[in-house]
Amino acid sequence: MKAVYALYAEPDDVQRAVDNLRAAGLTEPEIVVISSEPIEEYEFSRRDAATWLYWIAGGGGVIGLLFGTWLTRMTELAWPLPTGNMPIVAWWPNLIVIFELTMLGGILATVITLFITAKIPAGEPKLYDPDVADGKILVGVENPRDASVAAIEQALRSGGVADLKRR
Amino acid sequence: MNQALAQRLSDDLLRPMLHTSWRFYALVACLGAIVAMGIGTWFYQMYMGFGMTGINMPIYWAFYITNFVFWIGISHAGTLISAILRLVNAGWRRPVTRCAEVITVFALMIGAMFPIIHLGRPWLFFWLMPYPSNRMIWPNFRSPLVWDFFAISTYLTGSVLFLLLPMIPDFALVRDKTTGWRRRIYGKLALGWQGTTKQWHRLESAMQIMAIAIIPVAVSVHTIVSFDFSMAPVPMWHSTMFGPYFVAGAIFSGIAALIIAMAALRKFLHMEEYLHPIHFQNLGKLLLMMCLLWAYFIFAERLTTWYGNEQSEMEVFRVTQRGSFAPLYWTMIVCNFVVPFVLLSLKKLRTVAGCVTASFSVLVGMWLERFLIVVPSLSHKYLPYTWGHYRPRPVEIMITVSTFAAMTLLYTLFAKLVPIISVWELKVGEHPFPQESPADVRQHPLWKAHP
Repeated sequence: MKAVYALYAEPDDVQRAVDNLRAAGLTEPEIVVISSEPIEEYEFSRRDAATWLYWIAGGGGVIGLLFGTWLTRMTELAWPLPTGNMPIVAWWPNLIVIFELTMLGGILATVITLFITAKIPAGEPKLYDPDVADGKILVGVENPRDASVAAIEQALRSGGVADLKRR
Repeated sequence: MNQALAQRLSDDLLRPMLHTSWRFYALVACLGAIVAMGIGTWFYQMYMGFGMTGINMPIYWAFYITNFVFWIGISHAGTLISAILRLVNAGWRRPVTRCAEVITVFALMIGAMFPIIHLGRPWLFFWLMPYPSNRMIWPNFRSPLVWDFFAISTYLTGSVLFLLLPMIPDFALVRDKTTGWRRRIYGKLALGWQGTTKQWHRLESAMQIMAIAIIPVAVSVHTIVSFDFSMAPVPMWHSTMFGPYFVAGAIFSGIAALIIAMAALRKFLHMEEYLHPIHFQNLGKLLLMMCLLWAYFIFAERLTTWYGNEQSEMEVFRVTQRGSFAPLYWTMIVCNFVVPFVLLSLKKLRTVAGCVTASFSVLVGMWLERFLIVVPSLSHKYLPYTWGHYRPRPVEIMITVSTFAAMTLLYTLFAKLVPIISVWELKVGEHPFPQESPADVRQHPLWKAHP
């Protein structure tokens, strides 16, 4: 993999670099910003905020609810056993199991969706620099077109004092 | 954020993982020996049979179920408190959350062991699981014990994930800060985490959803544990208020356990710069509120029983207030109400030491409360000819002691292997707020709450 990136100490510089890269004609998915903590106060960090995660979690909950309803009802009917003068399909106690499975469905759907959309687990990160762990913020472009490398470097440099690197 | 500050945070919080003193090995060896003795005692009990315990007709639930309820209660320290503080965006929560979430996971694991120990034949535990046996008999979902299985499984799964997800970026930090075998191991645990804006957004959204989901699950868990009692027509068990009463007691003991764990981290891992007196004061206020709520519940329960004057219930009432269980009952009142109320309601006494003293007192009191719910009712059921006595045997005492050692051992090992304070969350708390910040973020400058 080929990459051009710069490391910045201040998020203000990162915002300028991202704006410059946009001005240089790069699209949002091409610009990568990597940091050791979320930086919610800047526009560049809110580019990927839109997510279906809440709806998917709700969907997982519905699947859990349906599974819980099927499991309790099916098993009670499979071996009808009168217990404590309750009906064979006893909804009051079943609701407890159904509730737990609904919540479990929502939780599992959330985690699975997180793993898929955040692309983890993965191998060693392709575009990364250990200096990020020391608080630097990486702005880069993966697999840039050869013709655009100079423009990208210029955009990254004009973002502020930057540690420019190629891979 | 300031790069030097970021560096200092990382170095300070990773230091306990990278430097080990002989005291750590001595503590682990000591605790490990007690846990090994506990496991050995459990095997002895399995080999010799349940007759080695003091459990006998009519008291079939005693120390083990007391411990089960106690540890499930302690588990409410972490995930529930952490989730609530996360949802209300309490800035002071940042150094506290992971310390708390770990307690939940380990306390649940220990608590869930007790019904299995209590089975006598633990190898038949799988009968509780929902699977079709060779005669197609499924578990009976009308039994509260099966509800326990579902509630604890869901809470444990949710709590483990709630703990693990925010640990991934910290594993990536350790990966970058270490070399050799540590780098390889933490590299695997980091799951290839990069820290792109998309990954951060997805992680924070997922944590938000988990926080919303885990609160009702946590409440349901202890309510369902209370159903183990309140579904049975046993004097002083068959009560509609047992659900909220148990939940309040669980949060009460959970906060106490959290305060003790934080004080231990502060003292032994030298986290004074991160776990400030203000954290203890805030948690102390929460503990005081739960103390008053607990007192309200116990008064409501006792008054209703006394006013109703139902004969079988009054026998249990008398034996706990004035009979053979009275010393334990009044110790419980002192430990759960008098001591924490005095220490936490006076600002001068609500120091780190005051909060820790109150917390130890609450833990003793809450264990006694669980014991006094379980044993006196079973020993004084409706017909006097069935009344009996219970005295714990060494087997039960050893297993009980070893679970406290197991909790301390697991917590110690965790603090050694994982940053016990979430580094990235602490860094977020140090962010200044530029003009581009959304208005709601500017109105709640978290960094002000974190000196």
